[in-house]
Amino acid sequence: MTITANLAARLGQVIGIPGVRSSPEELAAHAADGILPQAIAGPATAEQVSELVRLALTENLAIQAFGSRSKCEMGMPPARCDIALDMTHLREVAHYDAGDLTLSVDAGMPLRELADFLSAHGQFLPLAVPCFENTTVGGAVASGIDSALRQQYGSARDFLIGAEFVDGTGRLCKSGGRVVKNVTGYDLHKLLIGSLGTLGVITRLNFRTFPLPAASGACLARFRDCNDALVFRRAIDRKGLPLADLEILSPGTSEILRAILERTDAQVAGLLPGGAWCAYCSYEGNPPVVARITSELKRAGQDADASECIGLEKSADEQLGGMLREAYEWLRWASRATIVQRVVLPQVTRRVFGELERMAAGASLRSSLLLRAGGVLYVSLFADSENDAAMASLADVALKVSAVVRQNHGHSTILHASVPVKTRVAAARITPPDESLQLRIKRAFDPCHIFAPGRIVGAI
Amino acid sequence: MPVRSVSHYSGGVTPQRTPANPSLIREMKALLGSTNVLDQPEDLILYEYDGSVEKGRPDLVVFPHSTGEVSQIVKMANKYEFPIVGRGAGTGLSGGALARGGGVMIVFARMNKILELDIENRRAVVQPGVVNLDISRAVEHAGLYFAPDPSSAKSCTIGGNVAENAGGPHTLAYGVTANHIAALELVLPDGQVVRIGSYQGDPTGYDLCGLFVGSEGTLALVTEITVKLSCAAEAVETILAVFESIDDASEAVVEITAKGITPAACEMLDGWTLRVVEDYIHAGFPRDSGAVLLLEVEGLREAVAGQAAAVAEVCQRCRAREVRLAKDGHERDLLWKGRKNAFGALGRLAPSNYVLDGVIPRSKLPQALQRIREIGQQHGFEIGNIFHAGDGNLHPIVLYDPRDQKQFEKAKAAAQEIIRMCLELGGALTGEHGVGMEKNQLMPLLFTEADLALMRRVHDACNPDSLLNPGKIFPLSKGCGEVRIKKAKEIDPKA
Repeated sequence: MTITANLAARLGQVIGIPGVRSSPEELAAHAADGILPQAIAGPATAEQVSELVRLALTENLAIQAFGSRSKCEMGMPPARCDIALDMTHLREVAHYDAGDLTLSVDAGMPLRELADFLSAHGQFLPLAVPCFENTTVGGAVASGIDSALRQQYGSARDFLIGAEFVDGTGRLCKSGGRVVKNVTGYDLHKLLIGSLGTLGVITRLNFRTFPLPAASGACLARFRDCNDALVFRRAIDRKGLPLADLEILSPGTSEILRAILERTDAQVAGLLPGGAWCAYCSYEGNPPVVARITSELKRAGQDADASECIGLEKSADEQLGGMLREAYEWLRWASRATIVQRVVLPQVTRRVFGELERMAAGASLRSSLLLRAGGVLYVSLFADSENDAAMASLADVALKVSAVVRQNHGHSTILHASVPVKTRVAAARITPPDESLQLRIKRAFDPCHIFAPGRIVGAI
Repeated sequence: MPVRSVSHYSGGVTPQRTPANPSLIREMKALLGSTNVLDQPEDLILYEYDGSVEKGRPDLVVFPHSTGEVSQIVKMANKYEFPIVGRGAGTGLSGGALARGGGVMIVFARMNKILELDIENRRAVVQPGVVNLDISRAVEHAGLYFAPDPSSAKSCTIGGNVAENAGGPHTLAYGVTANHIAALELVLPDGQVVRIGSYQGDPTGYDLCGLFVGSEGTLALVTEITVKLSCAAEAVETILAVFESIDDASEAVVEITAKGITPAACEMLDGWTLRVVEDYIHAGFPRDSGAVLLLEVEGLREAVAGQAAAVAEVCQRCRAREVRLAKDGHERDLLWKGRKNAFGALGRLAPSNYVLDGVIPRSKLPQALQRIREIGQQHGFEIGNIFHAGDGNLHPIVLYDPRDQKQFEKAKAAAQEIIRMCLELGGALTGEHGVGMEKNQLMPLLFTEADLALMRRVHDACNPDSLLNPGKIFPLSKGCGEVRIKKAKEIDPKA
């Protein structure tokens, strides 16, 4: 009997044989950066998660929790993975008080299903993240991936009000609660956001929900150069216009999205002409608010020398806005070898944009920039081959990007890259200034180092 | 490890004190200058209080001017194994800034500089002793402000706000302090200086700012804060809705929430409280009403008009006898003055008042207020209510005479019953005042042993010897085994 068969049998003793899978195809489908688990366990309750973690503790097995697996290649390659926890069986709405606008939902609930549930009550959760149709709520939070609506609603940190999770001692823990204002005890749930499963296995999340807007609108402004687009962005900021989504697309980003749109809707594809910098704005409110913002944006567009600033029809907005929500997915599969880096800077300027594009061009790599609300910049680098030279070139430019960002008092994270590129970047050992504190937190949550070892930068 | 004994519950905290070591005092004076060190009993007594009903006297009070000095103080206290407590203005309401087991109190009042104002990117970098309202005043000219607005905004410091994750009336729409902090500079209990978060606001790796904001000074001392500034709204309407009964007012709050209207603020004053306030402040509250709601809607002009109308409609449907809009800035300021100075007004009625802080789901407001009335009657108190109704954050107020020990005990018993009721309704122990030494014994009502064990491990990861703010947040056992408040170590000055 192989080790895998042994482990599968032991897992079966905890959650029942039907809950355990270990066929080669299943294992391959649950690989993260090429690291295959020995078995996949699908717990049906938080108590079963707890029992599985205790089993892993006694045998020093590494655990990686999965939802839809759409973001399992974010972060560094795991050092090891023995048990893949398939969390998609935990998918109930545990508590919903529509009158209080609070929700408690199991981690494995798909965002689409949750959105349908909430919209029946006239509410929604502003987690508009890539792979929206498949992603689970637990995966969206653990990945820390940006929501396209962060301009208005912030990040999960701003509306996650509590969580339940199994910690590294195998016990079910909670922090926060189900009320919108709460300072009781440490806010441990905030640490779970973006932790990539390295601190615990999230079983349930509590959120505040939001009313669906009465009306919405969208505009697309096109500019000859990035400076004009940035002037437009600053004008919106100065006017305090409440936008739900604001995205600045470099010509490279527009080109990628246009190529995809051309397959489905040539008219919408035509909104993104070649060579132009584009600014997409969407906004919500009552009809007079929507009308006011539309006219203010047109004025700001004229002042910033926009070649055009057009209001989008609802169907065009749904297509284009949907594309932008999914932008990370389109970008990461846009060439044979790609790096997507998430960059945050105190101030995004024309000089920084220019410097980033020059670095890519200097290495003969195509590049694209997407600036999302709140100053999150997605820098994507594309190579047309997967050979060693291309990998070395991608890693080299990624490290240069990181250095420029640090010189400008910002920081960057690799969201997507192939394993060889990640390995080269990890070898440079760029560590955040608070790494020692982060390691201490990791040890407090996971004293035996069984949760997704190696996945966060610095091999946490 | 030497352990200092602490009584089971506050109110009578009588740790076995070891006076500050003379050589520690000498070293502190050498480091900071004697004008920045207090060690005389008549001075120290001023620092044994905050805004709560708790007490705890420090052995030494020091006033650093820089992060370097804070780090040095911490290292020195470490050498003598002397507990350390950080303090801003001392306006806290849960004993967070009290020296429960004695020790050195670091008062940040003199680290009060605004280091950088970045209007373009809406950030301010400030020292912890900067007064909350001073941040808004400094950027007012650019149409910006700092959103968290506790009632004590004129005197409380941003360092204290960060430690307690302070709220305020307008946090209903804009979030509490944690939502407005981008980065922090910390001094850890071993004196190491660490920066967490980022200027832009997003962390690399774990969201340490999310953990440290609201950790009540038990994990690190905050020495520099990068705050996010908000854009002042183009239009504001302040609405006073007058009700015959508190039940009608509660129903209106439930309706407003359920309809998805998010006012910037939604405050309630019950009839008893508003009469006291009106007699003192003359804010324009009707003395003969059962309760009022003070609501504010903000945003674009087009949004505000619609929201104000929607709020008024709900209030009228809930039998408001009057709904009026503040006609100008003066009336608006007066109404808010009445709300924000209400606790001061109550001081006219009794020597002391106990401001409770509990939180419930907003849909449960009518039941909660009914239960508070019953609990008050059972214990023989008239309990006032002046609170952030829009986010379910209750502030029942019990008036008492602290010289009457029996009355004080009864006030505490009523308080505990109210907090238990909040938990029964699905709420939490504290919405914005913090756990501190007021509610640490109640933590097991909400958290399991596993929850608390993990919080303790996180605590120990940052503050392994409990040198920093001991005796807070975590429940103390009678045996004090887990308290770990250390005695000051005797060090031979000649050594």
